[in-house]
Amino acid sequence: MSALAPIAPGLWTDEPEPRLIGGRGANGQIVFPFPSGDAAATVEPVALSRRGTLWSWTTQGFEPKEPYDGPQPFRPFLIGYVELAGEVIVETRIVDASPADLIIGMPMIFAVVPFDDRRSTYAFRPEHQP
Amino acid sequence: MNDDVYIIGAGIHPFGRTDGRSGRDQGVFAVRQALGDAGIEWGDVEFAYGGSAAAGSADIMVNELGLTSVPFINVSNGCATGGSALTSARNAVAAGACDIALAVGFDKHPRGAFNAKPAEYGLPEWYGETGMMLTTQFFALKIQRYMALHGISRRALGLVAEKAFRNGTLCDHAWRRSPVDLDTILNAPMINDPLTKYMFCSPAEGAVALILASGRKVRELGSDAVRIASVAFRTRPEGSFEVFAPSISVEGGGKPTEIASKAAFEMAGIGPQDVSVAQLQDTESGAEIMHMAENGFCADGEQEQWLAEGWSEIGGRMPINTDGGCLACGEPIGASGLRQVYENTVQLRGRGGERQVPNGPKVGYSHVYGAPGLSAVAILER
Repeated sequence: MSALAPIAPGLWTDEPEPRLIGGRGANGQIVFPFPSGDAAATVEPVALSRRGTLWSWTTQGFEPKEPYDGPQPFRPFLIGYVELAGEVIVETRIVDASPADLIIGMPMIFAVVPFDDRRSTYAFRPEHQP
Repeated sequence: MNDDVYIIGAGIHPFGRTDGRSGRDQGVFAVRQALGDAGIEWGDVEFAYGGSAAAGSADIMVNELGLTSVPFINVSNGCATGGSALTSARNAVAAGACDIALAVGFDKHPRGAFNAKPAEYGLPEWYGETGMMLTTQFFALKIQRYMALHGISRRALGLVAEKAFRNGTLCDHAWRRSPVDLDTILNAPMINDPLTKYMFCSPAEGAVALILASGRKVRELGSDAVRIASVAFRTRPEGSFEVFAPSISVEGGGKPTEIASKAAFEMAGIGPQDVSVAQLQDTESGAEIMHMAENGFCADGEQEQWLAEGWSEIGGRMPINTDGGCLACGEPIGASGLRQVYENTVQLRGRGGERQVPNGPKVGYSHVYGAPGLSAVAILER
């Protein structure tokens, strides 16, 4: 994994068990990713929970047009939202699961996974493998 | 000030694919048809608003329509382009700035799903690079959760699409004019689970023009007019779940459709029970289902019975998407919201032909939703 560069800097922490980096605004609400530009001035970085529950999911069955820059040939993938209790609901890739495995509300755990042969991205997988 | 604003002319260029005719030329076609329908000349138009998302500026149409020095404001507001043009034209007449105004929307998109650019939506590049910036995913993610929470079946999704294609066969401006049976819809390739190929609308081409007029002008012309009882256009509130959202608030929040709908009903002084025919944004089957509840026509989950009983069919208790909606007409972004208002105008004037809602519909409701989380509602009254 160390050979792969993150798809973008500042998305997750650099630690043995990495965590997504969100931003807590003045009103206490957390957003992901950490904002850029002037919007960042009033937001505090916050490392998010590695565990959450599946909020929704879908399949991506066709190859997106650019700016999609995934590996060739295209392979369908899963995406979804995972609710990190009391923090925020994040949109994410879902790995190590098939549609039949996924149930809204099931426990999910964070992972950093290969995106292509150069880059890594973030994902969640079911916490208990079938 | 003009208290009441009316639609006195409506024109449409057939939706779908028209090779060899630009989006703007389709707009000109629609404007000429609307002028003819209203029985006026281009020189009678005192104010114009129009736009497209991908087919250029609307004000260039004066080259074809005539150089009358008319003030023509280009509207560029994504999925709300048509709704914004209508809102602006209606407000111009209501304010007394003019007695006759035009609202026009047109578009021409390449085949395949829309490819939005992250920077244009204030999003980082990785969001697009990793394949998360697709409108189709949002609709699938939203209906997937909705189905789990409110007991909506896959069959209900199929019934929405089946109805759309059936209505499209009766409509001369629709793109998809052939029926598709429920089994074919349900067993078609999955695009974004739970939505199959036939449950999504496609980017397309088309144009719609509406001529608006004051009550004074309606009386002067003796127009076959439909009154605009209200228009309401709202962007998203705090905590809502919208397209292109890398994160959502855990606290939840309101929905732009609910807010626009309430505002439109309040301004019109009526409620959902008074509506005779509705055009609801059906970018995909699930959107029509969820928008039935968000616009106040039923409670969450009741859509299952509505569809099983055929209540939203032409001839049902409240017909929805009588021209086949986005599913049968496709979605030329700049024209799509105005198509809904066009269809309600047709229905309220009793000119629907084979797809005419029976018993003289009196109130037509239209609702458009789009990125990055906005809704426009218009209520017409006869």
